[in-house]
Amino acid sequence: MSPAGNLFAQQEANRKASRRLVAGFVLFIAWLGFGGDIIWYLASRNSAAPGTLSGVHIFPGLGLLLLAIAGAMAWWGYHFGATSLIKATGAREIETPDTDEERQLVNVVEEMAIASGTRKPHVWLVPDAAPNAFATGIHSEDAHLAVTQGLIDTLNREELQAVVGHEMGHIVNLDVRLMTLLTALVGVVAVIHNNAFRVMRFGGSGRSSRSRSSSKSGGGMGVVVIVLLVVWIISWLIAPLVTRYMAMKVGRSREFLADTMSAQFTRNPGALAHALEKIGGSTVKPTMIPKSSAQLCIADPYHSAWGDREGKFADLMATHPPLRERVRRLQEMAYQNAGTSDSLQSPLSMSEA
Amino acid sequence: MFGFLLLALIVVVVLFAISSYNRLVSLKNQVANAWKQIDVQLKRRHDLIPNLINTVKGAMNFEKDTLEAVVSARNQAITASTSGNVAATAAAEGQLTGALSRLLAVVEAYPDLKATGNVAQLQEELTGTENKIGFARQLYNDTATQYNTAQQSFPTMLFAGMAGASPATLWEITDEGERAVPNVDLSMNTAPK
Repeated sequence: MSPAGNLFAQQEANRKASRRLVAGFVLFIAWLGFGGDIIWYLASRNSAAPGTLSGVHIFPGLGLLLLAIAGAMAWWGYHFGATSLIKATGAREIETPDTDEERQLVNVVEEMAIASGTRKPHVWLVPDAAPNAFATGIHSEDAHLAVTQGLIDTLNREELQAVVGHEMGHIVNLDVRLMTLLTALVGVVAVIHNNAFRVMRFGGSGRSSRSRSSSKSGGGMGVVVIVLLVVWIISWLIAPLVTRYMAMKVGRSREFLADTMSAQFTRNPGALAHALEKIGGSTVKPTMIPKSSAQLCIADPYHSAWGDREGKFADLMATHPPLRERVRRLQEMAYQNAGTSDSLQSPLSMSEA
Repeated sequence: MFGFLLLALIVVVVLFAISSYNRLVSLKNQVANAWKQIDVQLKRRHDLIPNLINTVKGAMNFEKDTLEAVVSARNQAITASTSGNVAATAAAEGQLTGALSRLLAVVEAYPDLKATGNVAQLQEELTGTENKIGFARQLYNDTATQYNTAQQSFPTMLFAGMAGASPATLWEITDEGERAVPNVDLSMNTAPK
């Protein structure tokens, strides 16, 4: 198989994996909402007089409520998320480059926009000495790409190009839109989870009146309904952790995908490997990038050291795959590319960090 | 029952035909657009060169030959592009790429020259322009390969005639080192690797 074929096969496998993850995520959320409606329906049907629907829970209110809140949160993220983050970092838009390094940055972004076949995004420079980059924007035609001053100072042109290629990959794949939606779903689950617990703890009226009415029908509940109810309640108990885990897993698979997109655009996966090593090796702490937007960056700015994410639990909740693994995959691609006629880069000579 | 199954089958086939047809048409337009992108970048390069030559003429008096080679290659490329002959255009652009890469090499060889502000700017602009042409060509080749693969795969191939699809020619180069002169092969029988 040709290297390019392998590259596209990797992308396809990655897309499939993240489609499965997103489907699982959506199913889990649906179970949390509409699953409750189904249980309620079954329980109320058991206690209702046969042949009538009075008192039976038909309207799927729980599921629709969940959807409505998630929709509102997603809408907010959709319209204000992109620009509010950029403003929060104190970034300055480069419209007409003045200095040599600005010119280089704009050229590199234009090159990657051409390679990806999309419109050039707005280019922003973040006054932060820690090397990092992120892309935001819901539409690929109106995207924003920000790099830190530290990134420009640390990387050479090829490495900068590879990082910009990674960000263009996020833009082309509409990852910001996907992650905005997932974050909204994670958020609604967390909000409902927290409120439900508070209501239960203080014996709020909304919850107790429902439990009173359902306790009336308790005797008529079948085993199936009770089992379903227990599973549903347990699902809700662990929901914040599960949804967050799944969203992070989707995010990590999108990071791998963006790495392969960068390799596709630059045909130079080795440059991205070098760039990631430099970014990971940097000890400068970020000052302008808020912790909440770490998942948008090319590498997690708050866990950049090589060794400090090897723990099992930390890996589960990480916004990014371990740098070591990303570099390993890129090196593999680079070795496959080297020695073929269409490779543009020399074989890598990298030492194990 | 049988009638219903037949109807379902027809619906599936029709839906598939529509999606195949649309995919081919969309790819065809993407290929045309990608080709135009190369054109845009070539034109940009032509427009850029006179300014750049003026900028560095003073600083690079001793490398007159290199500069003159760039100017004449540019003029030839413009003549070729007005002729509309694709093979001639590609060959002339290849010459220009070669002349520009020699200019870049010269600049690299003189650190003092590199330190001059204008020359650093020239270097960045040249690198940027050359990269843009390369990436435009890469996008074209990738899109053309997708288009050709779709035309040749079963069952999309059944609708290729209907969608007016014909194989797109790849813009091939043989890579000799960092920035070699493109050796353009525009013959119709080039198959994607």
